[in-house]
Amino acid sequence: MKTNVREVQGVAILDLKGKITIGAGDVQLRETVNSIAEGGKKSILINMHDVTTIDSSGIGELVGCYTSVTNKGGKLKLLHLPPKINDVLTVTQLITVFDVYENEAEAVASFK
Amino acid sequence: MNASPEPSESGPIRMSLSSRFENIEMAQHLCGKLLDGRNVPDETRHWILMAVREALANAIKHGNDRKLDKRVQLEMDVTDGWLEIRIRDEGAGFDPERVDDPLAPENRLKTSGRGIFYMKTFMDDVRFTRAEGGGTELVLRKNLADRSEKEERKA
Repeated sequence: MKTNVREVQGVAILDLKGKITIGAGDVQLRETVNSIAEGGKKSILINMHDVTTIDSSGIGELVGCYTSVTNKGGKLKLLHLPPKINDVLTVTQLITVFDVYENEAEAVASFK
Repeated sequence: MNASPEPSESGPIRMSLSSRFENIEMAQHLCGKLLDGRNVPDETRHWILMAVREALANAIKHGNDRKLDKRVQLEMDVTDGWLEIRIRDEGAGFDPERVDDPLAPENRLKTSGRGIFYMKTFMDDVRFTRAEGGGTELVLRKNLADRSEKEERKA
């Protein structure tokens, strides 16, 4: 998995590309989000547009990141959820846990 | 790659895999080959391959504890329209009835425990048994004919 972190109006946007699967991206996701949070950012938006595959380990890490950021008083939201990943979050009733956006500007504005 | 695939055009496929996550994709690829030409809708195919991923990840991580001296035996075949996948690990075994329900409110934000749920969601039949000689044998089944007809009706 490739990651890129950029900042838009105080929101850290994490662009992910590739797979978030066991042994190939799951731990990397956690470490990247932890690094952003430890840098003092409380508003984190994960752009899932280019995520090709996710499995239960990747979903677990996503949930772990959400809990970790929330427990530190921050907010973690999702952007551009591919349909199959939306399905995977829906069947485990996690889709209601995350705030999901289709438009980056709207997502960034929602943190204010 | 440390695996021994024996694919044929019509199956069965039998493999002995080392306990490495890298082998999951090869097994998915061969399962995909087994489904080729069987009129399996892309959607169904995607979820079958995800179930294969979850099953092998379970066997490697929880069954064999990622120990490289322990192997995972995999068999895949299609008979009378049913895809059957058998996965056997060399672990200590577990009671599938004692796995927490990932939909229960107290478990929803746990970082693990969804793999078996996904398998049961995407396949028609999921059974765990104690394998002869130790370990756990998991059998995943999917009615390909029935699913294709349903998808066609939807279209």
